[in-house]
Amino acid sequence: MLFRVFDQGELPILFSALTARHEVIGPVEAGVDRHGKPFYAFEPATDFRALRLAYTTTKLPAKRYFLPCREDLATFRTSGSDWSKTVEYNVDRPRVFFGLHACDINALNKLDKVLTGGDYPMPWYAAKRRNMFIVGVDCEPQPSCFCRSMGADTALSGFDLFLTGIGDRYFAEILSNNAYNLLRGIRAVEPGEEEHVLYRRAVAEKTRKYTARVDTTDLTKILDMEFESPVWKSWGEKCLSCGSCAAVCPTCYCYGVEETVDIDLSVARKTKTLYSCNLVDFAQVAGGHNFRPESHSRLKYRYYHKHRGFVEAYEESLCTGCGRCGETCLAGINVPDVIASVRGEGGA
Amino acid sequence: MAAGGTKSWLGAPLLRPRVAFFELTSCGGCQLQVLNHEGTLLDFLSLVEVTDFREAMTERSHEYDIAFVEGCVSRSDEVARLRQIRRNARTLVALGSCACFGGVPRMKNRFPDPGLLAREIYGEYPMATETVRALDEIVPVDLKVHGCPFPKEELEKVVLHIALGKAIETPRHPICFECKANGNVCLFDLGELCLGPVTRGGCSAWCPGNRFGCWGCRGPADDANLDSLRAIAKEHGFSGEDLADRLECFGGFTPREAPEPSPRRKSRKRGTR
Repeated sequence: MLFRVFDQGELPILFSALTARHEVIGPVEAGVDRHGKPFYAFEPATDFRALRLAYTTTKLPAKRYFLPCREDLATFRTSGSDWSKTVEYNVDRPRVFFGLHACDINALNKLDKVLTGGDYPMPWYAAKRRNMFIVGVDCEPQPSCFCRSMGADTALSGFDLFLTGIGDRYFAEILSNNAYNLLRGIRAVEPGEEEHVLYRRAVAEKTRKYTARVDTTDLTKILDMEFESPVWKSWGEKCLSCGSCAAVCPTCYCYGVEETVDIDLSVARKTKTLYSCNLVDFAQVAGGHNFRPESHSRLKYRYYHKHRGFVEAYEESLCTGCGRCGETCLAGINVPDVIASVRGEGGA
Repeated sequence: MAAGGTKSWLGAPLLRPRVAFFELTSCGGCQLQVLNHEGTLLDFLSLVEVTDFREAMTERSHEYDIAFVEGCVSRSDEVARLRQIRRNARTLVALGSCACFGGVPRMKNRFPDPGLLAREIYGEYPMATETVRALDEIVPVDLKVHGCPFPKEELEKVVLHIALGKAIETPRHPICFECKANGNVCLFDLGELCLGPVTRGGCSAWCPGNRFGCWGCRGPADDANLDSLRAIAKEHGFSGEDLADRLECFGGFTPREAPEPSPRRKSRKRGTR
């Protein structure tokens, strides 16, 4: 990996170079919550001053830019008894993501394994993913963050440039030609031993700040042992079956496909809609049988997919520890508490 | 009311059902909603043959395959009228909150003395007002289109799917999922009460998307967890009365007095329990 160091004052120049030619998505302030705290969203940004690179986290992940909640996979134009099919990947330009945290970059890496790594890659995702330029930034662990437990507190791949603040400078990690060339447009130098020490100190300081954690030791086995644990029922009693956890999850990719016809009968569509395993009819099949009619069984399978099934298939969890699901859940269902209760540490 | 000849889809002629729209106790807004959306109105009307629609045309008829009924039943003559409509129609669709579960008028059922409201509101004038009931508390209902009013797209889809012979799916999950999908921030986080977590989705989170907490006009989602919502509302500083007012407003969360489940609900229960 190549490293560079540059003054923080150079960053607006870098940003302008990107916005001059591309759509740039970054964290901006989206409002103030009931406690008077600002909250953030990933939105297109053209003005560097609108960016909030010291943001805590965003309520919603950047998922909608590469896994939209609703997306036409194909359209069929009809004419008499004839028809023709058009497939669009729904991306017409590269996008720059300026200011993703390590957890969200790791989320993309996990999605890649499923959506581009298998025998049947999903072109609608791949087309968007291949047309990305990602600038990562370091972050301040929040009380809900347990990314360190999930091994997602640092990103080793999946970005072009990653910035860590060291005093009034940035320590930049470079992973692509594009990023290397971009940095040639500003005054950046190779770091020396002093900057290496500062970088390691910044990371160590961040690591000390985590308060939430999940014990993943033997977790796949423990989940198998605790399949019938009564804690699932007590979490299920709280669960609203509303699917908010999946909607805010940066790695939830489950979807349904619906075929519809426009009311003027000129066009039919095959539309993909993201879905949640917590929704009541997620496991309902043709004929009407529902394999998971009770909310606790749906909630349980959500955890089993993230922390057991995916680990067995890919040797890593599908959870990045970003903490968004626990923050959004009105019923207070969150990963650290659920896993602790399954392990017999603390009640549901 | 006929617009153009029979439509066809991929060369096959489509069913063109005769439909009629009726209102019982209601504001007429759901029928108005049928006539809204001018951009697609002619396409909509070309899929069906409207034989009776008091709010839109002068002709009347007892000949129809599908009856769309807006409103709840609050008078004895409405009971007879609804039974007659049920006899005439092959398919009966409850249109909107009043028809589905009594709607706003159902609030009056809370008064133990049924004559009290009549005296307060109509004074000396006679008014034969009875306990408010939903359509399926009197006759079997084949399909419900929820909302006050329902989104026009939902009704368009019903009519289109009848014409095409496709299954009609009613959204079953709470509003939250589509609200988040639209990129909204939870209204509870902004300090507002919202029934989105227990209310049937399908409205694309119309109200929460405009920063107006949900009042539950589409009634409860399947598997709505009211106990959990009560705890959440309390935790966020809303009184039980605030929540009860909302839950009562459109009648969907009010316990039924004489439930008479529709065939659709029965078949769903068989499938899920």
